[in-house]
Amino acid sequence: MSPTAALQEVEVDYQGRGRALGPLSLTIEAGEIVALVGPSGCGKSTALRLLAGLEPATRGQVHRAVGRGETSVVFQAPTLAPWMSAAANVALPLELAGTPRPEARARAAEALARVGLAGVGESRPAQLSGGMAMRASLARALVTRPRLLMLDEPFAALDEITRRTLADDVLHLWSETRPAIVFVTHNVEEAAYMASRIVVLTRGPGRIAGEVRVDAPLPRPPGFRAWPVFAEAAEAVSGLLAAGSEAVA
Amino acid sequence: MNRVVDALAPAVLILLLLAGWEAACRLTGVPAYFLPPPSKVMLAAASGLTVLVPAAWNTLSVALVALVLAAGAALALALLVGLSPLLERAVRPLASALQVTPVVAVAPLILIWVGIDHPERAVIALAVLVAFFPIFSGTVTGLRSADPDLERLFDLYGASRLQRVLRLRLPAAVPFLMEGLKVGAGLAIIGAVVAEFAAGSGGVRGLAWQILDAGNKLQTDRMIAALVVLAVMGVAVHAGLERLEGAGLRWWRGR
Repeated sequence: MSPTAALQEVEVDYQGRGRALGPLSLTIEAGEIVALVGPSGCGKSTALRLLAGLEPATRGQVHRAVGRGETSVVFQAPTLAPWMSAAANVALPLELAGTPRPEARARAAEALARVGLAGVGESRPAQLSGGMAMRASLARALVTRPRLLMLDEPFAALDEITRRTLADDVLHLWSETRPAIVFVTHNVEEAAYMASRIVVLTRGPGRIAGEVRVDAPLPRPPGFRAWPVFAEAAEAVSGLLAAGSEAVA
Repeated sequence: MNRVVDALAPAVLILLLLAGWEAACRLTGVPAYFLPPPSKVMLAAASGLTVLVPAAWNTLSVALVALVLAAGAALALALLVGLSPLLERAVRPLASALQVTPVVAVAPLILIWVGIDHPERAVIALAVLVAFFPIFSGTVTGLRSADPDLERLFDLYGASRLQRVLRLRLPAAVPFLMEGLKVGAGLAIIGAVVAEFAAGSGGVRGLAWQILDAGNKLQTDRMIAALVVLAVMGVAVHAGLERLEGAGLRWWRGR
């Protein structure tokens, strides 16, 4: 199977800030869940935007086997339009692509139900809790049935209980359609829990410090956080993070 | 208890000031054409009410018509400018040059162009001129205020330029537009009054004309009564718009 997206020796320079990322090579296979972990400012969000096709690389090549409308992004904030109902927000990607309104709304209601938000479609984002707004954002990302799903520190603003529940929910939703997922986090445990492969970046400009595979079933079985493989993966990632930070410091 | 005190404080201050004014007039015996006591002003206001209220309505209706015209023009131009960054660069310097030119200075020119046969049109045009800019620049700012991540989502889903304006930038600009309308309405009243002064005698019989007319006749009590009506009208319009803006924001945010 050909990869869903790949970065080949990419570098990104920002004007006035110098290099933000790279050189970096990274391949995302179909259906795998990859976590990008690294210290603040290492360019992991930049790498995500490159993979999503939202930003060009200064040097190097970006390959994307997914077409327009097959990529979805969930940002750190829910990023819902406050003037629209939750259902209208979720239906937006479909309506922008020309899906007739009734069908878009029906599929939005279905997507909201899948993330556990059945019946709140008419609420405005301001009326939703942080966790619910994040779920609505997830529903908007899933409504187009993407082959590549990008999550940019999606749970960073939520409390521990909510983020654990959402992590399990994302894994269950993944098991239904098996899109490739790339998610950015600086939480080591979250990365070890959710990803089949964890890519650790060095301090900025980010290069690859190392990679850790987590060989365990997905979605995770109950009590997975007590498994040795989870603890070992988290330890390995922490070690790589520390080494990656020292390399430049 | 505290809230009652808070609400009463301004009224008490006004009463105290009025009492001091009244007492000062009576004690010093200053002539009424120079400074009439508040009791005389109140009498003038009461007896002139049948003139002052229609005059106030004249000024207010001019301001409202000007506000509607200014809002339409500002919104249309802001949308054009929002669609084309080049056009915005072209318009900006001209817009700010017009904005910083005082309306009194432009008034004689406008009066020549449109005011000879229709002085009321000249007054409306001048009020439009001052009400235009806060609405225009508010809307232009608002059109650029959308969440950058939402803009990225529109990129991601391949939104057309028109979809981006209608479904993202315009709705995102609504709070800025409402703020602009509020400021613009206040300025439209000021513009209408200034324009009436500039138009001078008799063409447009609003509150400013009442002030001018009374001044010419040295009826200082009538002048102050007209000023008070003007101030009350301004405060009422501002309070009304503030409420309208609050309600609009609650509707926009859904809370």
